[in-house]
Amino acid sequence: MAMNYSEKVMDHFQNPRNVGKIENADGVGEVGNAKCGDIMKIYLKIDDGIITDVKFNTFGCASAIATSSMATELIKGKPVSEALKLTNQAVVEALDGLPPVKIHCSVLAEEAVKAAVKDYYDKNGIEYDPAEFADSGCDHCCRCD
Amino acid sequence: MRVYADNAATTHISDNALAEMIKYYGPEYENASSLHAYGQAAADALADARRRIAACLGCDERGIIFTSGGSEADNQALISAAHLGAKKGKKHLISTAVEHHAILHTLDKLKKEGFEVTLLPVDSKGRVTAGQVEDAIREDTALVSVMFANNEIGTVMPVKEIGAVCREKKVLFHTDAVQAAGHLRINVEEMNIDMLSVSAHKFHGPKGTGLLYAKRGIALESLICGGAQEKGKRAGTENLPAIMGMATALEDACRNLDEYTARVSALRDKVIDALSKIPRSIVNGDRENRLPNNVNMCFEGIEGESLLLMLDMYGIAASSGSACTSGSLDPSHVLLAIGLPHETAHGSLRLTFSEYTTEEEVDYIIDKVPGIVAKLRDMSPVWERMMKEEKANA
Ligand SMILES: Cc1ncc(COP(=O)(O)O)c(C=O)c1O
Repeated sequence: MAMNYSEKVMDHFQNPRNVGKIENADGVGEVGNAKCGDIMKIYLKIDDGIITDVKFNTFGCASAIATSSMATELIKGKPVSEALKLTNQAVVEALDGLPPVKIHCSVLAEEAVKAAVKDYYDKNGIEYDPAEFADSGCDHCCRCD
Repeated sequence: MRVYADNAATTHISDNALAEMIKYYGPEYENASSLHAYGQAAADALADARRRIAACLGCDERGIIFTSGGSEADNQALISAAHLGAKKGKKHLISTAVEHHAILHTLDKLKKEGFEVTLLPVDSKGRVTAGQVEDAIREDTALVSVMFANNEIGTVMPVKEIGAVCREKKVLFHTDAVQAAGHLRINVEEMNIDMLSVSAHKFHGPKGTGLLYAKRGIALESLICGGAQEKGKRAGTENLPAIMGMATALEDACRNLDEYTARVSALRDKVIDALSKIPRSIVNGDRENRLPNNVNMCFEGIEGESLLLMLDMYGIAASSGSACTSGSLDPSHVLLAIGLPHETAHGSLRLTFSEYTTEEEVDYIIDKVPGIVAKLRDMSPVWERMMKEEKANA
């Protein structure tokens, strides 16, 4: 297969789960940079601390779309606290691996989820440890000059 | 349906070229340097290939040396001309921002040796003018190297005019004609070309074979040392089967050039016109001075690799200048050189046809691309923002 993507990656790219937007979402997170070639936006609907719905919009390569799709699957129906624990490795594993040059897409997916949760916390005045939302910046993806 | 639309990357070998090659791999396998009669037959074949190729290129056959392809020819041309210049104290080289890496990386190497390099910027269509070249030439300029036609956006450069300026200023002129040979009429003599690079696999010949033409009097520097093949300018037993395949393929292409140009450029224009109807699409390159087989477009709000993989799922093989497909972090230097912002350059699509491309294949592409672009835009936050801005400005 093209780019040596796994079957799972190709499946999530061809049939992405949870594509779309949520009007009046409880939390929205957007990460990435169009200049670098990927942007992910995640919308959360949260009821009683549970992620009852999640949608995403992504501009990027096949792995950016697949990691967004997988990340939404992994947090759907889970408590917010658990979504915060989602790591990029978990996304990579769930997709049966990513080519090394595409690992940054999984980092972006993790960060998009965190950004959406942070937005939810901010909107609702919920306290949190800012260290948990440290921005890894652009380093993992490219030189943004 | 399987549609191969990546002919600028490589072409499939023609039946004629393959048959010729098999002959020289099989029964006619001898070494052209051997003195016995069989070897002489091989030497005759080689001489014949040189004559046939020279006739297609409008050059002196004695100026042709066979190489392992376009990259080697480019390397040898630049290194030879630079070192020749340096002997006379000339250490300035001129080229363009949109050259192939075989040129750009060789120039980088020469820079490390102490040469000064001027890379001319191109206009929004990817062209440089003879005037720009004239202005850039200095007392100490050793070489001007401007590609005949661009491999990504298909823009054809004003080679003849640039050659004339170089003649007048007595500066050597090299052109990388890898994308042009077999696709455009080339006449080395009439076009004032001193050195020219060609690669066989871009016109239905074999891979790993090409040539460098250098006008008489230009002492090429050998990059491969060894035997006295190719007048001592390129050691190594000649790849006779591949050279014979190249000669056959180039001759066929030159013979069919008028018919090819008319038919394939009509297919090209049909695709460009149809895909231009997609909102916020951009045609890259020059609609006038363009390779007959090149389509290059950007679709705003989407990323090229996704587009390519979706096309691949429909059996369409294409290419993109997006960073994700170039294997580097930045989108194509050519798309940036014509002034596209990074965001837009990421969403490029290159379709390159050949004489084997059919109307049916082109219609299939026209049928599939708009839906794929729409699907990707549907999930793109960049596109969403663009649409909001459009509404706000309306
Ligand atoms: C403009 C140009 N120059 C040089 C080359 C290198 O040719 P080759 O692959 O024969 O080394 C290519 C091929 O991609 C090309 O398009």
